[in-house]
Amino acid sequence: MSVVLVPRSSALAAFRQRMDAVTIRIGVLLLVAWLFIIIALPLWALLSKGFENSSGAFVGLDNFVTYFSTPTLFNSVFNSFWVALLATAIVIPLAFGYAYALTRSCMPFKGLFYAIALLPLFAPSLLSAISLIYLFGNQGVLKTLLFGHTIYGPLGIVIAQVFYCFPHALIILMTALALADARLYEVADALGTKPSRVFRTVTLPGAKYGLVNAAFVVFTLVITDFGIAKVIGGQFNVLATDAYKQVVGQQNFSMGAVVGMILLVPAVVAFAIDRVVQRRQVALLSARAVPLQPKQQGLRDAAMTAYVACLAVLIIGVLGTAVWASFIVYWPYNLALTLKNYDFGTFDAAGWSPYFNSIKMAALTALIGTATIFTGAYLVEKTRANSIGRSIAHLLAMLPVAVPGLVLGLGYVFFFNAKWNPLNIFYGTMLVLVVNSIAHFYTVAHITALTALKQIDPEFESVSASLKVSIWRTFRRVTVPICMPAIFDIAIYMFVNALTTVSAVIFLYSPSTKLASVAIVHMDEAGFTAGAAAMATLILVTALAAKLLHLALNRLFFFRAQAWRTR
Amino acid sequence: MEASIGWSATESDTNARSSFLRVRNLVKRFGNFTALDDVSLDVLEGEFVCFLGPSGCGKTTLLRAIAGLDPQNEGTIELGGRDVSKLPPSARDFGIVFQSYALFPNLTVADNVGYGLVNQRKSRAEIAARTQELLTLVGLADQQKKYPVQLSGGQQQRVALARAIATSPSLLLLDEPLSALDARVRIRLRDEIKDLQRRLGVTTIMVTHDQEEALAMANRIVVMNHGVIEQINTPNQVYRKPATAFVADFVGSMTFFDATITETKALRVDGLELKCGAHPFAAGTAVRVGFRPEEVQVRNVTANAANRIVTHVTSLDFLGSFCRAKLKPQSVSNITILADFSANLMRDLNVAEGQEMIVALPPESLHIFARP
Ligand SMILES: Nc1ncnc2c1ncn2[C@@H]1O[C@H](COP(=O)(O)OP(=O)(O)O)[C@@H](O)[C@H]1O
Ligand SMILES: [Mg+2]
Repeated sequence: MSVVLVPRSSALAAFRQRMDAVTIRIGVLLLVAWLFIIIALPLWALLSKGFENSSGAFVGLDNFVTYFSTPTLFNSVFNSFWVALLATAIVIPLAFGYAYALTRSCMPFKGLFYAIALLPLFAPSLLSAISLIYLFGNQGVLKTLLFGHTIYGPLGIVIAQVFYCFPHALIILMTALALADARLYEVADALGTKPSRVFRTVTLPGAKYGLVNAAFVVFTLVITDFGIAKVIGGQFNVLATDAYKQVVGQQNFSMGAVVGMILLVPAVVAFAIDRVVQRRQVALLSARAVPLQPKQQGLRDAAMTAYVACLAVLIIGVLGTAVWASFIVYWPYNLALTLKNYDFGTFDAAGWSPYFNSIKMAALTALIGTATIFTGAYLVEKTRANSIGRSIAHLLAMLPVAVPGLVLGLGYVFFFNAKWNPLNIFYGTMLVLVVNSIAHFYTVAHITALTALKQIDPEFESVSASLKVSIWRTFRRVTVPICMPAIFDIAIYMFVNALTTVSAVIFLYSPSTKLASVAIVHMDEAGFTAGAAAMATLILVTALAAKLLHLALNRLFFFRAQAWRTR
Repeated sequence: MEASIGWSATESDTNARSSFLRVRNLVKRFGNFTALDDVSLDVLEGEFVCFLGPSGCGKTTLLRAIAGLDPQNEGTIELGGRDVSKLPPSARDFGIVFQSYALFPNLTVADNVGYGLVNQRKSRAEIAARTQELLTLVGLADQQKKYPVQLSGGQQQRVALARAIATSPSLLLLDEPLSALDARVRIRLRDEIKDLQRRLGVTTIMVTHDQEEALAMANRIVVMNHGVIEQINTPNQVYRKPATAFVADFVGSMTFFDATITETKALRVDGLELKCGAHPFAAGTAVRVGFRPEEVQVRNVTANAANRIVTHVTSLDFLGSFCRAKLKPQSVSNITILADFSANLMRDLNVAEGQEMIVALPPESLHIFARP
């Protein structure tokens, strides 16, 4: 460590330490207040709205009774449920095979195939739906493959969701499969066990919690995703589109809140299960376990490569169709290339401004979000004052992961649009969009920051106190530089997600702050599918560029500057 | 003669009885690093052999090559007269126990023990009976329904042992099975394993870095260093007649001095002229000479005893059941002799620091090695 902390006069030092105590206390209070405003109160607004009528009077369970006794509304619960179930049942085995190949075989180009599988994360969910429309829609080139069935409806939703959810499931399953005790496999081998029994008794039990977790995450993603159902759902009603119709179409906030609460159920269950799973998973792998190194097996490796390559081609094909179509004059009749679909002014009065709004929103989210979340995590992890406040802050920070974007968006409408709320002057502004995105992606960023902070010697703060240096100076000079890789990770995570999100912001934009993802929905709604594809392509390219920049910066700065990490 | 006692001396032994495991010219490389360098070895039927050596010397690598888990680059392995060099582990017929127990965490104790029996398509009743029998054997008959995490380390290792012998393999491989346990459990389980092995008569190879463990358990010890075998012999012979300076130092403790051979049965260490046993070195050869602290003779040193040295005690370290003394010869001040005195001797002779003490180094207890 080359940072030298030099004490100055002792009177000054004592003053500085008292100042530290004060600023930390104020910091924790501010953090709690901030988290209440951006997370707790909007959620409370949603929950209470469900028990009120349109004029704000308490009506008990009336709204729920109405909801469940209106077949057109209640039917969506059923629709959402089986579509999500079906998509989950398809995605999990597909992703498990892919993850198994990447972690347990010696197939070539693992990094490349992993990167390809992650591609859908860099586009709005509805990009895959747009591609499906180009392939199987009314003007679809492969329409005949459907034998008269229509892609607009559950079929399209399920297929599009499979593509969108694939990387989410893959990441979880890769983590589950990456951790394995080689000794268990060796014992099974020595005892002459057939591969199928090894898979059943060693591999599957080891990945069990990952499978359960991935299934719940995917189920929740599908049931709460708005973009895909909106674009390709046709007349097929699901919960997410219902919420949109109730709130945006009919201004029926109470019924929107009821739908929001129903959407909260699977997410909360998934969250609870994930907590239990994480606690159990730790106990499963002993400290003495020897990590499994895949061995070469010609035939198996070849089969795995073929399987992975097939899926990778499909993923690229589906993403690529929308990208390609965005450069086509008139799909599928005139396949000449053109840039006219990028002249957004011809489809939508807002023109290119939604794209720049999105960039601005994502950049501000990354900037403000990273700074506040990291500082907040520092206060939670590294300071000792006000332990109740810090516990509350941590609890609130862990909450958003269980709240789907659509639900959070609804909460923001009810909270920031309320007449009694002095903060309602911000409704419709860029600020609310930014704050909403920060809240939406808070938990993962918070955990990333905590993990990085936990790796730092807890005595740094004591040392700085004994050297009579302000704790904030240690924070700036030592903690932040050490955590720079994690800080970059958080920033890019916030940026990409803020850029691609649809469901949270669909309720919150105003004409002057319309975002690219919203513009895609509008252009598609108005029948300008090519324009929608072009805008989605722009987002994909921007998000990918940001990620590549992140990787390059990591290489450049942390490879050498953080050389001390490797010892 | 001691210096030349290597594994060639034991080869004639092994020829008498049939060798069950025959390893010839084994080479194992990890990239550029040679972990096993031309290793040959025979293990007799029913024998308990320990691979002993410092961490990283290749014990585990050798064991895993025998198991087929990490196949060798060169050389052959024969098991019961069958060449298994190229066979996968499942075709080799052995049971294995790891330091980390490696019990299936999702299966009960009984299911863990019966795991290999299921593969043999035994009937349910047969499996249950055999599992019961084995768990009784290792003293865990009442723990059948528990899961591994609910057992202590010692209990888990007993289950792993039961699982390894359940299918009655002809070879039992143990890779540091006791290293993860605390001292008391380790000594108890050590006796249990030894006892079990004797009763079953199963040929057993155990890897350990603990010389005490190897001396206590093995019929023969294979001492390894840097991927080669330094010596193969019984515990007694390895201790009494270490083939190399490395073995002498690793098994038990030994003080070493640089010395020069003066005549057939005499040598000089600095100013000290010492008598020694027979050795293959010519006069004038520079050698290393060592002796064990417990072999320094203190009682009944007659005036004309060989290698009689007048010393004084410079320090005494109390080590529980004995004391380790540093002795300085009066005639040569720059060498220090280590000697272990039992508690009895300390009391009888009333040993104290600074005291004069007449000791003898019996010529047969001097170990002479070539200087590298
Ligand atoms: N899979 C491997 N890859 C590279 N080097 C290895 C591997 N396994 C063992 N080695 C090296 O081989 C040497 C012997 O290892 P090992 O047999 O495990 O030693 P030990 O005697 O402690 O059991 C060590 O230097 C170790 O680093
Ligand atoms: Mg080892």
